[in-house]
Amino acid sequence: MHQLGQKKVIALRNNINLINPEVKVNAIDIKLQAKDIIKIFSDCDVIVEAFDLAEMKHMIIETVLSEMPDKIIVSGVGLAGWGNNNSITTSYSGRLIICGDGETEVSDDLPPLAPRVGIVANMQANQVLEILLGRGNY
Amino acid sequence: MEITLNNRQEAIGADSLTITELLKYKNFTFKFLVIKINGVLIKKDFYNTATIKDGDDVAVLHLTSGG
Repeated sequence: MHQLGQKKVIALRNNINLINPEVKVNAIDIKLQAKDIIKIFSDCDVIVEAFDLAEMKHMIIETVLSEMPDKIIVSGVGLAGWGNNNSITTSYSGRLIICGDGETEVSDDLPPLAPRVGIVANMQANQVLEILLGRGNY
Repeated sequence: MEITLNNRQEAIGADSLTITELLKYKNFTFKFLVIKINGVLIKKDFYNTATIKDGDDVAVLHLTSGG
């Protein structure tokens, strides 16, 4: 509750620093566009997509796949509602990796609730570790 | 022709199709899709011109909101 009203990027940076003060977080508060993505993520090994809107997911996936040939993007698609654990999987399409059920969409009847959002977020994080630390196909 | 669509074999009664025609044929109406032919991304601007031929491996990924 004490973070209500704060910018998400600032609150997240503060939380990460409380967990581990050694982690350097570069928090940037902008609405991303394709040209910014190419610049801001140029030094990243892996890009994690966690946008709300399908339109934005589409924009970053197209940008990474067409303009950033050495980058892997791990995207979250299909995490709305509750239950149905086993519908959530990871699918691989070259440099695009998608975690989620691939179909549920957030709506009034199907809100984004912490359990499934958390499952997908943790699967994305786990996938990134596999890429960075080895043991997988990357 | 026979193509692979989202990892499944699919027989289609045409020698070739554009992406737009395939989407209509399959009744894929989602607004935001990521489409690849043989692993190559096809951007939306090319849905009317990029063609799918016999033996092609096509991926049509649906993007839904929520994150």
